Amino acid sequence: MQQDKQNRQKDNKKVLKLGVAGSLLMVGFGFALVPLYDIICDITGLNGKTGVLAVEQVQEKGIDHTITVQFDGNVNSDLPWSLKPQVFSMEVVPGKLYSTEYIARNIAQVDITGQAVPSVAPNEASIYFSKTECFCFTEQLLTSGEEKNMPVTFIVSPDIPKDINVLTLSYTFFNKSRLTAEQQAVAAKAHEKI
Amino acid sequence: MSQDITHDEVAHGHHDHDHKPKGFVKRWLMTTNHKDIGTLYLVFAFAMFILGGAMAMIIRLELFQPGLQFVEPAFFNQMTTMHALIMVFGAVMPAFVGLANWMIPLMIGAPDMALPRMNNWSFWILPFAFTMLSATLFMPGGAPAGGWTMYPPLVLQGGHNVGFLVFSVHMMGISSIMGAINVIATIMNMRAPNVGYLNMPLFVWTWLITAFLLIAVMPVLAGAVTMLLTDRYFDTSFFNAAGGGDPVLFQHIFWFFGHPEVYIMILPAFGVISEIIPTFARKPLFGYVSMVYATAGIAFLSFIVWAHHMFSVGMPLGGSLYFMYATMMIAVPTGVKIFNWVATMWRGSMTFETPMLFSLAFVVLFTIGGFSGVMMALAPVDLQYHDTYFIVAHFHYVLVTGAVYALIAGAYYWLPKWSGHMYNERLGKIHFWWSTISVNVLFFPQHFLGLAGMPRRIPDYSTQFAEFNMMSSIGGFAFGLAQVFFIYIVWKTVKGGDKATAQVWEGAKGLEWTVPSPAPHHTFEEFGPVDLDKMAHGKNH
Repeated sequence: MQQDKQNRQKDNKKVLKLGVAGSLLMVGFGFALVPLYDIICDITGLNGKTGVLAVEQVQEKGIDHTITVQFDGNVNSDLPWSLKPQVFSMEVVPGKLYSTEYIARNIAQVDITGQAVPSVAPNEASIYFSKTECFCFTEQLLTSGEEKNMPVTFIVSPDIPKDINVLTLSYTFFNKSRLTAEQQAVAAKAHEKI
Repeated sequence: MSQDITHDEVAHGHHDHDHKPKGFVKRWLMTTNHKDIGTLYLVFAFAMFILGGAMAMIIRLELFQPGLQFVEPAFFNQMTTMHALIMVFGAVMPAFVGLANWMIPLMIGAPDMALPRMNNWSFWILPFAFTMLSATLFMPGGAPAGGWTMYPPLVLQGGHNVGFLVFSVHMMGISSIMGAINVIATIMNMRAPNVGYLNMPLFVWTWLITAFLLIAVMPVLAGAVTMLLTDRYFDTSFFNAAGGGDPVLFQHIFWFFGHPEVYIMILPAFGVISEIIPTFARKPLFGYVSMVYATAGIAFLSFIVWAHHMFSVGMPLGGSLYFMYATMMIAVPTGVKIFNWVATMWRGSMTFETPMLFSLAFVVLFTIGGFSGVMMALAPVDLQYHDTYFIVAHFHYVLVTGAVYALIAGAYYWLPKWSGHMYNERLGKIHFWWSTISVNVLFFPQHFLGLAGMPRRIPDYSTQFAEFNMMSSIGGFAFGLAQVFFIYIVWKTVKGGDKATAQVWEGAKGLEWTVPSPAPHHTFEEFGPVDLDKMAHGKNH
């Protein structure tokens, strides 16, 4: 009887320890989902972030199927700018380099630094889309009322699946002045990748 | 430790009866008794049910007619958010923990929960958590208003309620995890020595599986809300696109918790129904072992279907197909359960006391909720249903006429055991018909509203939705009032009424029916074998 009770108490403590350990492990798992998500997105393009193309994929003649690339520009509600693409769509041949421009204007009374974040839809097309030159690589300073043309040079990989005929490149400008120094440091690292 | 126990037993030997501690503080605040803690959980959960219900009444009042009549849109959004948080974390989950506390030790022949002091702590955290959460209503900027799913960036754009929201979710999580560990330890270590796993009542089985789900996902939610907190106050950018983060990541983490969470709320309900139907059909539960496996199957599947909440966010075709088929697969083990309940009733000598009526309504109405769930599992049509009143109708069918109905059924079923008195059967039946008619008037029209395109979480709507909304509101007020009537029935039963026998129900089988009614403060104190013949599944396989 007494023995039983003690054994059970020992077992209960064991379950308690395992339960607490399991819970802590799952907290860790929750945080591990953050880098895991980035990795999965890098592989699949799930979050619409663009890929990086090897130089040898740039071909002179391209392949015999064209793709429509549409352009879209937005600003975050924290940023008193306007942003629109110069052309709304282009017919492109995969494997060839193309350039276009976005027009950004600061409509506020003060100078503001912005940071553009690109995204490609459909998501599965994003890893076949690569920008060789982009205003999103660096932060952009616009003085009050200033309007600026912002170039982007891109290439669509010849490996893009045949069933994708239309893709959309979208930019959203965020107010970088609103970020703290610490956030900016993290952001700079993250934007290097895209 | 062992000295304490001996000392306790000697001290107890001098008393002749229940030896309940005297005085409010000693009896309730410092209690380690599973029955008292069960009662505390149930009373607390019911108080939260009334608070969350009052918020629902404000929502239905505003939606009674198109246009803005009674509340500001910002306050309306606080009501929808707080209603959900309070009902999910404050009412349904603690109520099932309360049932677990009361019934699991009685059902497996254990003297108490395995870790009684932790049990006290896991309950007494809750009132503080919900005081903190509710206090945000009175703060500048108001309560959280971005929906119970707490999606960033919206949830971070309110006032300074984020910190209170996050810490109260942490406390609820800690409480749930401690409760879950306690349930697992109790079931694994405290069973009477001759009660095997496959002798346990199904309510115990469903709770064992639920407890594992809780330990697996509550910490993930805690992690997700911690990231919200640091994004808001400590300059991180987990979900901030400008800082290189991704708001969609939150949705993945949240629903990795969120989908198992819905099964945390429904599996114990399945357990309750599996206890009640055999009693009133006077037949053993059909397919006991398949019920256990179906429960485990549902629990497993719940981890691999989360992105069906996110079809409209956009994902590759393969992802949509996978999550669609995986989700539809859940209908299989759930169907096993529904058919087993029906087969249990087949050719049974059925009687229709109040707990049985609520259980039958559960089977029918939960199945309607299940069907609308399968409709929404279809990725192409989900794009139309997403965030409309169709989803509101769906999850209220599974949660109100599902989880809450099982709780009410369980309350009527075990109330004689808890209080020692029979409830008034006539009043119980009135409560049942009143609730069941009104709850359908309340939620069924919402299917049509959703299919016609009325968005959820909106205080105003265009005029073509007026009739169905008015109907729904009238049903809502009637259903709310019916639950106030339920308080009266329970109060009356606790205060007096016909004396209940130990067995209570003619067809009831299980160890809880072998102890007197009301159940004495201490039961199964002698650790030893129990009579397996008294258990529903003691010897059948």
